[in-house]
Amino acid sequence: MSTTVDMFRYVRDENVEASPPPNLARGPIAWMRENLFSGPFNTILTLVVLYLLYVSIPPLVEFLFINAVWTGADRDACRAETAGHPVGACWAFVIDKINYFVYGSYPATERWRVDGFFALLAIGVVWLLWLRAPRRDLGAVYFFWLFPLLSYILLTGGNWDFRDSFWIGFIVFSILLVAGIALAARALKTSMRAGLIVGIGIVAVIGITLALVEIDWGLEHVPTALWGGILVTLLVATVGIVFSLPFGILLALGRRSKLPVVRLASVIFIEFVRGVPLITVLIMANTMLPLFLPGDMTVDRLARPLVGVAFFASAYMAEVVRGGLQAMPKGQYEGAMSLGLNYPQMMILIILPQALRIVIPGIVNTFIGLFKDTSLVAIVGIFDLVKTIEASRIDPNWAAPTISYTGYAFAAFFYFIFCWGMSRYSLGVERRLAAGQRH
Amino acid sequence: MQTAVSQAPSPKRSFLYDPNVRGIFYQVLLVAIVSYLFYAAATNAIDNLQRARIASGFGFLENTAGFDISQTLITFSAAGSTYGEAFVVGLLNTLVVSAIGIVFATILGFIVGIARLSSNWMVAKVSMVYVELLRNIPLLLQLLFWYIAVLGPLPQPRNSVEMGAGFFLNSRGLFMPRPLYASDVWVVFAALAVGIVATAVFRYWARKQQEATGRQYPVGLVTLALVLGLPVAAWVVLALAGANPISFEMPQKGTFNLQGGMQVLPEFVALLLGLTTYTAAFIAEVVRAGILAVSKGQTEAAGSLGLKPGQTLRLVVIPQAMRVIIPPLTSQYLNLTKNSSLAVAIGYPDLVQVFMGTVLNQTGQAIEVVVITMGVYLTISLVTSFFMNIYNRRVAIVER
Repeated sequence: MSTTVDMFRYVRDENVEASPPPNLARGPIAWMRENLFSGPFNTILTLVVLYLLYVSIPPLVEFLFINAVWTGADRDACRAETAGHPVGACWAFVIDKINYFVYGSYPATERWRVDGFFALLAIGVVWLLWLRAPRRDLGAVYFFWLFPLLSYILLTGGNWDFRDSFWIGFIVFSILLVAGIALAARALKTSMRAGLIVGIGIVAVIGITLALVEIDWGLEHVPTALWGGILVTLLVATVGIVFSLPFGILLALGRRSKLPVVRLASVIFIEFVRGVPLITVLIMANTMLPLFLPGDMTVDRLARPLVGVAFFASAYMAEVVRGGLQAMPKGQYEGAMSLGLNYPQMMILIILPQALRIVIPGIVNTFIGLFKDTSLVAIVGIFDLVKTIEASRIDPNWAAPTISYTGYAFAAFFYFIFCWGMSRYSLGVERRLAAGQRH
Repeated sequence: MQTAVSQAPSPKRSFLYDPNVRGIFYQVLLVAIVSYLFYAAATNAIDNLQRARIASGFGFLENTAGFDISQTLITFSAAGSTYGEAFVVGLLNTLVVSAIGIVFATILGFIVGIARLSSNWMVAKVSMVYVELLRNIPLLLQLLFWYIAVLGPLPQPRNSVEMGAGFFLNSRGLFMPRPLYASDVWVVFAALAVGIVATAVFRYWARKQQEATGRQYPVGLVTLALVLGLPVAAWVVLALAGANPISFEMPQKGTFNLQGGMQVLPEFVALLLGLTTYTAAFIAEVVRAGILAVSKGQTEAAGSLGLKPGQTLRLVVIPQAMRVIIPPLTSQYLNLTKNSSLAVAIGYPDLVQVFMGTVLNQTGQAIEVVVITMGVYLTISLVTSFFMNIYNRRVAIVER
């Protein structure tokens, strides 16, 4: 015991001051050493990149912001000799033309209708893409039926003129259709209820659609030749997505069908469309669609490329959906069948809800491609955003050296914001889905 | 009980419930609808064409074209050439810009893709910005930008910039000497062919030797010597013998424009720049995904064997990544070929611009022209995917 008491004690009674972290292991300098200058090769690379940035970034910033002209009424504001200073981007040009870029030649007093279309589109997109939105099934009904219908009425004015004989014919046809379905149900000895619901549903949807189009809403008729700019760009993209999803799903199901004729037809359509450039499809729609229709029928100039885009997008969408169908474990199909569900029930209730969910990123990526490709309608003479810029940049009122670059920069900015936003969204969804599947 | 169930006669069911009957019904329905659509379209088309007095059939390919094309790889003149020849010119122009674009896009794409994975923070970030920026802006807009960006600074033809050695630059393009081949030029090309064959044989032999003995041969040097050296030697020998196989026609400055020589159109340069930079961004993503698909253990194992980072990439990672990279890479090549049709927006005379543009407008024979043009692209696509499938089967991992 005595030895412990007498022992010399080495125990400190206060804490040692922590020594500062070595400069070379932490902090910005160490980070730079590790990530930028970790060897002769990396150092050279860093210096080369720095030089490239030095060459490209300052002139770009100078062009876009520092030397940019923000106000002005005509070309004098944007010419170096009249403005008295070097001129970069001429944003005054964009500000002056912004209504043309957004609405095209849509009558100024009617532009609120275009704004209404934008708002309806935004509601539909948010409803469908926000994964926690309530009642997304109603959202689908809205997006694929109500929204196109309302937009059509809003943008064109609706107010079709059907004759009374048309309505009589429609009613007779409806009764025949419902009766036919009832007879078929009778022959199959199944309950008549389901058949009647489907039949009346189809008739009601078509009837309401036609009735809404015929009602005079008091909206002035605006011919499509006046539409333009961002309105047309978004319209082409919307038509593409609204048509391509249902058709794409049908084509994908057809491609995986056990019926050889259905499968062959789907494969031929998909591979044909995917094998040719969009521009040839657009030119084909433009020149051949009028040929294939009876001589007295004319197709609206704007509707032709819309048909082409819808076909084109369907083929690409079909391949995305097929990926989702193939990714479904076989047990899902077998489980559905063992519950006694028939093919439509199995697909609508079990397979498609899951398959479509996992291909949301693929659908969004296809849509990004589609959105960029809408610019091609400019080549067949439709006034989308690119075409309005092409038309404005040669306006003699705004003849200045940097006008073209400014116009292109504006369009690039617009497309970039949309596409980049969508790609961020699809990455986010992908991450969420991956998190759900991690075990 | 069991036997009783199996022996019970199956209940009588309507044949309407037989899935085979239903299947046949649906297929017959589909065939009927599709054939009706085709029939209606065909009769309407015949009607409309007769009313518009437009000829049909492929006879128009023999007619004189009567228009000029700014870039022709075969001899073509407005007066003496046919629509068929115009088609060939357009096709060749499409193929040329696609082939060169594919080469450059592959090189740039691999550089950017590997740079995105670089440990150098700045290089990785700059590549990321490049990819994000280029991928999210429509190609058409980029082409229009490149067109005015390339064309803008170029001088008028009368103030051509003389670059020496017969090279001139003005707003009509880059002019350079045109090679004129003498009759005995075949010797040079024969030497090139011999060089390529010899290289292939040598490479095969060198690999066998390395597998057998472990000895390595300077494959790169020998390749260079055979492929470049042999034709050059043949040329020098011919030149010394007094028969110069290749001479050059120099562009001459005229009053308004340059005469003679070879001309690279500004449209071609703009299209090439646009296609290359745009597709490279997509290829970069393909390459990045492929490299990330090679498990980290491979890199670590290579490192523990003492391979340097460059060797690891070249000998271990890339060969394995190629298996993942090649299929999407091919579809990017096809995309580039299809996207070259956007040439029509800036006036480069590719297949679509010449054939679906000028020829279609002049003849009005929409159906024939569209069928031929789409057929060309479709053939390119299908042939490529056919070879792709063969390749895929060869490189697929053999599961043991």
